[in-house]
Amino acid sequence: MTILDASAAPGQTGPPSSHGPRRDPAPLLPDPEPVRVLGTDAAGEVDPGLLRELYRRLVLGRRFNQQATTLARQGSLAVYPASTGQEACQIAAAMVLRETDWLFPSYRDTLAVTARGVPPMDVLALMRGHTHCGYDPRLARTAPLSTPLATQACHAVGLAHAARLRAAADPAADREVVALALVGDGGTSEGDFHEALTFAGVLRAPVVFLVQNNGYAISVPLSRQTAAPTLAHKAVGYGVTGRLVDGNDAPAVHAVLSEAVEHARAGHGPVLVEAITYRLDAHTSADDATRYRAQGEVDAWRAHDPVTRLERHLRETGQLDDTGVATVTRAAEEFAARMRAQVAQAAQVPAPDPRTLFAHVYAEPTSQLREQAAELAARLEADLDGDLDVRPDSGPNARPDVHPDARGDLAAAEPAAGPGTRSDLS
Amino acid sequence: MSNATSIPPTITTTASALAGATAAGAAAEVAGAEAGAATRPAVPAGALGRPGGRSRGSTGSTGSTGSTRTTMVRALNTALRDALREDPDVHVLGEDVGTLGGVFRVTDGLAAEFGAHRCLDTPLAEAGILGIAVGMAMYGLRPVVEMQFDAFAYPAFEQLASHVAKMRNRTAGRVPLPITIRVPYGGGIGGVEHHSDSSEAYYVHTPGLHVVTPATVADCYGLLRAAIASDDPVVFLEPKRLYWSSEEFTPSAVPPIGRAVTRRHGNAATLITYGPSLPVCLQAADAAAAEGWDLAVVDLRSLVPFDDETVCAAVRATGRAVVVHEAAGFGGVGAEIAARVTERCFHHLAAPVLRVTGFDIPYPPPLLEHHYLPSVDRILDTVARLQWEQ
Ligand SMILES: Cc1ncc(C[n+]2csc(CCOP(=O)(O)OP(=O)(O)O)c2C)c(N)n1
Ligand SMILES: [Mg+2]
Repeated sequence: MTILDASAAPGQTGPPSSHGPRRDPAPLLPDPEPVRVLGTDAAGEVDPGLLRELYRRLVLGRRFNQQATTLARQGSLAVYPASTGQEACQIAAAMVLRETDWLFPSYRDTLAVTARGVPPMDVLALMRGHTHCGYDPRLARTAPLSTPLATQACHAVGLAHAARLRAAADPAADREVVALALVGDGGTSEGDFHEALTFAGVLRAPVVFLVQNNGYAISVPLSRQTAAPTLAHKAVGYGVTGRLVDGNDAPAVHAVLSEAVEHARAGHGPVLVEAITYRLDAHTSADDATRYRAQGEVDAWRAHDPVTRLERHLRETGQLDDTGVATVTRAAEEFAARMRAQVAQAAQVPAPDPRTLFAHVYAEPTSQLREQAAELAARLEADLDGDLDVRPDSGPNARPDVHPDARGDLAAAEPAAGPGTRSDLS
Repeated sequence: MSNATSIPPTITTTASALAGATAAGAAAEVAGAEAGAATRPAVPAGALGRPGGRSRGSTGSTGSTGSTRTTMVRALNTALRDALREDPDVHVLGEDVGTLGGVFRVTDGLAAEFGAHRCLDTPLAEAGILGIAVGMAMYGLRPVVEMQFDAFAYPAFEQLASHVAKMRNRTAGRVPLPITIRVPYGGGIGGVEHHSDSSEAYYVHTPGLHVVTPATVADCYGLLRAAIASDDPVVFLEPKRLYWSSEEFTPSAVPPIGRAVTRRHGNAATLITYGPSLPVCLQAADAAAAEGWDLAVVDLRSLVPFDDETVCAAVRATGRAVVVHEAAGFGGVGAEIAARVTERCFHHLAAPVLRVTGFDIPYPPPLLEHHYLPSVDRILDTVARLQWEQ
């Protein structure tokens, strides 16, 4: 018997009516108020280097969101779901992970994936219409962006469980791997979220769930989504630790997430962190948010913008001046310019060869797929469908084959992501 | 009925009513609805049974060597045991698969032999089970998932259709998911509702999945080994009413997934079938032979990939074909086969391809299921309609 067997074995120890051990819920309960750092005494204790790095990445992250939104409006991306206003969560999620950890993003978490070190063009490949996933999940140790809501939470649990099994069986395997799953507030109503927490609790898997509560699932406000006291309280029913944090307070998110990840890493069980934040932009570039929320509400949240809050703190404590701001702003503009250049370069590259559509359905194509591939190939050769294989020179199908310049500026200065996705951060 | 040892060691076509009631007991154990199932009237001979005649013997194979009579359940168990032994990445998980050994006992003894973590009793959450398997496979493990019954695999359908089937494709081949999903399926066991569905059409209509359904003891072993070894996800449909059928069997060569086999040669017409309907087709062929008609019987074994070559060769040899399956006919696998055969063998056909299937109704209650299931009589009546008068 290993510890793994023990964790899965029935634990009938009490009297006949008790059905196994009961746990005191108190240690699992989130604090009544979200954890804050900015504006509290704790702010003075945060490593100044960390604060500056958070600030730099938040500014670049904001610019990433703006640039991608513009590209979507111009038709270079099929659509873009911005995380504007949620940058503290996105950046912190990437920063707290080790290279050997895994990130399980949802469709909105392009910025977190970029911050993990995946080149922006590869992260946006899904929205550029070129392919479903533009990066190698195993190299980047980042799952594909998941659109079926909350399904990725189960994958994170399974991967964390598997990593522990591997580590126990194979001395050469990565040690202490943690999986971090990103879910939205709406996603917490999905059955897969519930099942993921159930499994995480039972297996005591080294997994952390970060729920970015931005108040809306498309148009539906949280009040229509759940009657739970907070989303962090949902943890308790599964025997999972719940934490509540101000999601627009970058050092607070970083601290709470770091603690959660290390808690899971140390074998103390899974953690669900609810970060209270706000989606300043519409649901996607195709959404009209004025149909379901008032401008006054948006303006009120702008006053709690995670970027300006951190900047204000740094200025007030003498850690940042106009020159510092200008330097970071310039870096962000250069980053955006590179994104634009890469998209322009992508526009010169033909769409992927349609024959590749059949290549990765199975390890070996079935005879039926071979027949269909041959039929399409014959049409292409006869040009029956027009110049399918030399189209297009613009629009979301375009993509460059190589983009050496496209490394993630948002990644950590020191390598934080998988090989091949290193940062060239200045 | 509380454990497998009370299941009679033999089942024959003449004892089919008993075998049916026994299997129903296992179903009822899970459904918590024993009433009626175990005491229902006999189903007609032909609705149950096994391929290869009426011989009988003990089920008692244990090891993975030596030829002896073995039940389908035992062969599946041996396949899992051998896979667990040979590859440390193989992990079995599902509801009641550990301590109990599964409600059909297919995982009997595995947790004891390999540890609870290699044969994991999971929470009762099918989407979670398959979702966890996806994460495990992403990390390089080879999960074998047991879905307790056909109809209880439905909660996992989103994971199956959106992730299991698509992960290789959406990652351009970088993340294969070598997951085997075992599903006991089909009726004829006197089970109460939700215990007798034939759900294969949902799976075959989902590109990215392989769909395999053995009908013999030897294929259960070989194809399950092949499924576990496959780098593609395989939905492995086990015909639960044949679980206690037995055969002389030696674990041996692993057949490739995707090859049909002609179980019986004939020159009059070709029956195309799979899974639980194979024994019925063989019985129909026996009955026809007694009247001087030689029917060929093709056992598909694998629905995806589909073996056009074997099927078309068998149809061209007779010029007439009937597809037989338990699932409802409309939009079913039989429709696809009829279309494929017509497209490829049109000029060899003397009659339209006909189908014998379940009706387009929810699976009936135990007292009525024999009207729904393809029977020897329905098959022979359908063969008789293949325009012989021309
Ligand atoms: C299973 C599923 N149902 C519905 C949708 C359509 N959909 C996409 S995003 C979304 C809202 C998600 O809200 P939330 O989880 O709060 O995340 P957010 O968009 O706020 O980041 C919906 C309903 C989906 N992608 N997946
Ligand atoms: Mg939301």
